[in-house]
Amino acid sequence: MTDSTPTAPTGSGRPPVIEPGHSLSSVTDKISSIVLTRRTSLAWFVGLGFSLALASVLLLSIVVLVLKGTGIWGLNNPVAWGFAIINFVWWIGIGHAGTLISAILLLLKQEWRTSINRFAEAMTLFAVSCAGLYPLLHVGRPWLAYWLLPYPNTMGMWPQFRSPLIWDVFAVSTYATVSLLFWYVGLIPDLATLRDRSQNKIGRVVYGAAAMGWRGAARHWTRYETAYLLLAGLATPLVVSVHTVVSFDFAVSVIPGWHATIFPPYFVAGAIFSGFAMVMTLAIPLRSVFGLEGFITDRHLSNMAKVMLATGLIVVYGYAMEIFTAWYSGAPAEQYMVANRFFGPYAPQFWALLFCNGVVPQLMWFQKVRRKVWLLFLISIVINVGMWLERFIIVVTSLHRDYLPSSWGMYSPTFWDWAMYIGSIGLFFTLLLLFIRFLPMISIFEMRTLLPGAQGSSHDEGDEH
Amino acid sequence: MKEPRGRFLDELVSDLHGEPPPRREVLKWMGASVGLAGVTGCTRQPVEPIVPWGAAPEATIPGKPRWFATTLPASGGSLGVLVESHDGRPTKIEGNPDHPTSRGAVDAVGQAAVLGLYDPDRSQVVNRAGQVSTWEAFETEWARLLEEQAARRGAGLRFLSPPLTSPTAADQVRRLRRKFPLARWHQYEAANRDHVRAGALAAFGADSQGLLRLDRASVVLALDSDFLVRGPGAVRHARDFAQRRRETLAQDEPLRLYAVESTPTLTGGRADHRLAVPPQHFESVARRLAAKLGVAGVDPGAVPELARAEAWLDAVVSDLQSHRGRALVTVGEEQSASVHTLVHRINKALGAVGQTLELIDPVDPDPVDQTRSLAELCEAMRSGSVEVLVISGANPVYDAPADLGFAEALEHVPTRIHHGLYDDETADRCHWHLPGTHVLEEWSDARAHDGTASLIQPLIAPLYGGRSLHELLALAAGDETTSGYEIVRDFWSRELPGAVTFDSRWREWLHAGVIPDTAFPTRNRTASDAPLEFAEAGPPAGLEVVFRTDPTIGDGRLANCAWLQELPKPLTLTTWDNTAWISAATAAELGIENGDELRLRAADAEATSAAWIVEGQPDGTITVHLGYGRRRAGSVGTGAGTDLYPLRTVDSPWLRTDVTVERTGERIAIACTQTHHSMEGRDIVRTQKVSELRAEDGHDAAHGEEAEGGHGSHHPDLLTPHEYDGHAWGMVIDIASCTGCSACVVACQSENNIPVVGKEEVLLGREMHWLRVDRYYEEQEGEQRVHHQPVPCMHCEQAPCEVVCPVAATTHSDEGLNEMTYNRCVGTRYCANNCPYKVRRFNFFQYADTRTESLALLANPDVTVRTRGVMEKCTYCVQRINQARIEAKREGREVREGEVVTACQATCPAQAISFGDLNDPDSAVSRARRDARNYGLLEELNTKPRTTYLTQVTNPNEELGAS
Repeated sequence: MTDSTPTAPTGSGRPPVIEPGHSLSSVTDKISSIVLTRRTSLAWFVGLGFSLALASVLLLSIVVLVLKGTGIWGLNNPVAWGFAIINFVWWIGIGHAGTLISAILLLLKQEWRTSINRFAEAMTLFAVSCAGLYPLLHVGRPWLAYWLLPYPNTMGMWPQFRSPLIWDVFAVSTYATVSLLFWYVGLIPDLATLRDRSQNKIGRVVYGAAAMGWRGAARHWTRYETAYLLLAGLATPLVVSVHTVVSFDFAVSVIPGWHATIFPPYFVAGAIFSGFAMVMTLAIPLRSVFGLEGFITDRHLSNMAKVMLATGLIVVYGYAMEIFTAWYSGAPAEQYMVANRFFGPYAPQFWALLFCNGVVPQLMWFQKVRRKVWLLFLISIVINVGMWLERFIIVVTSLHRDYLPSSWGMYSPTFWDWAMYIGSIGLFFTLLLLFIRFLPMISIFEMRTLLPGAQGSSHDEGDEH
Repeated sequence: MKEPRGRFLDELVSDLHGEPPPRREVLKWMGASVGLAGVTGCTRQPVEPIVPWGAAPEATIPGKPRWFATTLPASGGSLGVLVESHDGRPTKIEGNPDHPTSRGAVDAVGQAAVLGLYDPDRSQVVNRAGQVSTWEAFETEWARLLEEQAARRGAGLRFLSPPLTSPTAADQVRRLRRKFPLARWHQYEAANRDHVRAGALAAFGADSQGLLRLDRASVVLALDSDFLVRGPGAVRHARDFAQRRRETLAQDEPLRLYAVESTPTLTGGRADHRLAVPPQHFESVARRLAAKLGVAGVDPGAVPELARAEAWLDAVVSDLQSHRGRALVTVGEEQSASVHTLVHRINKALGAVGQTLELIDPVDPDPVDQTRSLAELCEAMRSGSVEVLVISGANPVYDAPADLGFAEALEHVPTRIHHGLYDDETADRCHWHLPGTHVLEEWSDARAHDGTASLIQPLIAPLYGGRSLHELLALAAGDETTSGYEIVRDFWSRELPGAVTFDSRWREWLHAGVIPDTAFPTRNRTASDAPLEFAEAGPPAGLEVVFRTDPTIGDGRLANCAWLQELPKPLTLTTWDNTAWISAATAAELGIENGDELRLRAADAEATSAAWIVEGQPDGTITVHLGYGRRRAGSVGTGAGTDLYPLRTVDSPWLRTDVTVERTGERIAIACTQTHHSMEGRDIVRTQKVSELRAEDGHDAAHGEEAEGGHGSHHPDLLTPHEYDGHAWGMVIDIASCTGCSACVVACQSENNIPVVGKEEVLLGREMHWLRVDRYYEEQEGEQRVHHQPVPCMHCEQAPCEVVCPVAATTHSDEGLNEMTYNRCVGTRYCANNCPYKVRRFNFFQYADTRTESLALLANPDVTVRTRGVMEKCTYCVQRINQARIEAKREGREVREGEVVTACQATCPAQAISFGDLNDPDSAVSRARRDARNYGLLEELNTKPRTTYLTQVTNPNEELGAS
């Protein structure tokens, strides 16, 4: 860690990324106490209960789906993809922020990332889990979804490698694997801390097993540093590749509104945009509930707001380019697609999307806004909604009126469409709540490196416990 | 084109027995063969012990279908068909090329006959007052009744059936009446030909049926006549019309069609010029037309409202007059008798009779004024003189004119017996219900629209112990012979005695499906010139309500046929409901929107129907459709739509002018498969005028050559085109020939085991038809044109669906087919999204009914029944291609041109579809591709579709061009 934090954070003249007054042990105490000593708050139980209830809606809708078929959703002939794909793209996009924060910002030596990277990574994992459900379940015969994997079989069949869905399989599974490894490896020193501080046997055994015999030896740290850096290097291209590949699902097709070369960058920017929005949506309540304002400071929020502003502008540029391309192409179907978005039956959703993603984020130009936590919270929620709407618009409005007017149709979600979406949000929060209760949501050892004067002595702390 | 028809059933039976056996023996052997062929799960179990098939009849190959010729009867003309039989179970109807009406084609209703056969809702037992009974019990009861009636010469005995179509049945009725001189046989069906008959009687003094000779026509004017799609001979008319039009396109005077209509029809949609006329003025238009054509004794009258139509009529009249001998005016069955008489005179004035119109005796063996016949029956029932009433095949409780009060009158009859396929509304009010036989289960006969007789032979033993009308008649008359086979055979041996032994001729007739040289001779009749009286109709008291039978389920008898229920009605593309058609202007005036429930209120009755705005509907007129609102149709038809029969009266069965219309405030969800009517200015259906075609002739060669490279695409391509060394299957659909009748859709459904999804699923947009007929409206030079474009899979050479399938479930064959491997499909639906033609269909649920036992017999064994979660689409009938390939290989030769005929192509009455090998430059499809009219749908996407289209062609009259 020493190499990655060469300067004292407080020396930059900007607001600190860790509140003054913290010492090495106070950081450890503060963060590990959430897991080990503090009484679990009632709010947590209520939250978990609520999330579990929602997650069981997901379970129920999966059962009904498998028993009855994809017909329980509002899908039909022109619109053969609906909520499942919308939610898939939305969740995958949300996951992006975690990887971006932990990998790219690490490589760029943005030390302010330290206090948010752990739970952002967790968020990535959980979001990818939710996302991964959809492609599996949305197929007509989910029990055969494994045919998308290349494996030796008696049919002598490979998947069809020209299909973007196969690229998706590789992109998402790689992404999930690397994210999991990255997150887990990052956790190991902290797991050892928890093991050492645990006051009961179960804790010691479980955290001990998970810590994989970490003793904080210099050799451990050397190998850890290398492994972590390598994983960061591996994860970095994934930030770009995953959503690029997801965008190929659309861009490779011939459907007006999908068939656009701008999709890869536009999707990646959108993913980061929505991912940061979700991190902010989660971080703001978490830091106040668990009193972590000292670690997740206003400067973090401000920085995240700037990233959102930047990526949001790229997304708006994407919208503008879609319109320009349609006009410039002279292709009637493309032009109709744009007109249909503005004035067609889904125009309210489209205008709402422009409001959420185009207008609202512009507030973040102002420092006053960036300093108002509640306003940022609201903006982040609006952006989450806006990015979901964006996927809705892309998937639905492109499909429902394509080339032959004879086949035009409408899509409206059913109860089960919503059940599965809300259920997946329940699953996400269930996992997140379990995570913050049983694992340190902020990297303890990395936080300690941010303390003034931590340089040079940081890693000996492991022995202290 | 298809397999030799094999040997007919009779021959098979003879092989087994040496002698034609009695009926029960026939059934036994049929039952045995069905059982032996391994058909299990059939609801019908042979009662006799199964006899081992010791000596299999010659030429029977297990698993190989056999074809039998039979006939589907209808009033005024029947349709000869060939039925594909797999191991004893009929699965598919095709046209009989030797039959004068069919000429190889079948309409949608005919295609659906097999589903009617296996309908699990058919009545399966004799029913006495709600209790299950037996035929034996009925026979005992009947014998008692007969004894009573015999003493009184049948004075209390009455029968009611739809118009008789079988010469044998008519003969039986005659014999029955010899036995019981005071008994009476009534005939009635809701959509009857009373006006045609009355019109002919008034014109010629003799009932006559007109035979349209469209193959000789140059100018045709249709007055509310849907002759291309409905009525006797429609299948033949569509063929002749399309063929004549195609042949004359390159000539000086291409066939031109005008239509004057009080409600839009498919025939009107094909017209080069169409005039919408409110029904109240229809007679006036006919009279003015007649007067302009110089028909004697017609007062043209003056109708100021028609001022706009004057110029139109003048142009049409001059066009008709300049084509004397090649002009033809036809009129629809629903128009009044006076208009029919008038049209006979017009045709006389145009020199049409004997040229474009031939007159023959009526095809029905015993034509009567049906409405009067039914009215007399009602009167007799009320007076108490009817003691025993046998109703066979009719459902008057549902479809009799409301003012007759049939249901109430029926209560006066002490013994009521109903015989038919369904335990329907009428059966419900009868003491006895006797299950009838389906046309595919019985021996009978019928006549084509030109009088040609043909036989009806059973394809399968009666599934539910039904008896045919002939057998019932024999029983009724107390005859010795009660076997339908014997009765029909006996009739024809008396009717056509000849030098050659009857036996061999009978076999020939059965084999060919028609009895040769039985077409009716042309009658030389001249319409009288006596002055015509027209009832001067006052202005309508309310909106004018026009009644029509439903475009797919007809008068309601077919209400339980799911294929026809789900078949989009050609003009509106609505399914599962009847609608009240209204013009956009009138709808706006009354504040009516699509799907609003309308209450139609007359002095004596009211009914409701869902409003539907239709292009071409005259303002101030509502067209309602009969056939829906069945109360006891079966699980499919009961409760669908609304019943409009309560508004129908004896005096004016097709029009009411005293009806007020209001919204009830309710909304009815109408399952419509195409909600967008415009092409949005896109290049989807291309239209050319005849004059443009001629101008293009010079460039024809160049264009054709260009079209040939890469099977029709001349867009630049980065990839090297794939070489197809063997066959390269392709299809060309002539939009100019298509009438939109949708027979192809049902044929495809029948051939390919396409499931029915039901109204709720159609509402969600999940209909499964592999082939759909798109309909667009387009304004061209003042004419509102309607285009029908059948859209099957395009089998793109660069198919967007194939690249996106992650599991290679849809792939390209080396003959250019875009193939679906159902087993491999996991159902990502990506292919459907990426199909620009949207021809892929997904099984969102388990749509295919694999549980109903009788429906399992219906399935074509050559085509997989798909399960839930897989994608499906048009295969170009790959099973037929493979059959041809196997046959060719067995004989050591190549597949010949014309050997592979897809289901849609085979059934198309207009021969709009050609299919074959594009690598064979002489094939019909290659020739069609070289036509200058050939174009690919969305070919700018470079999908290189193998299915291409020939442009729509119009032949406008220049005089009317500007109007």
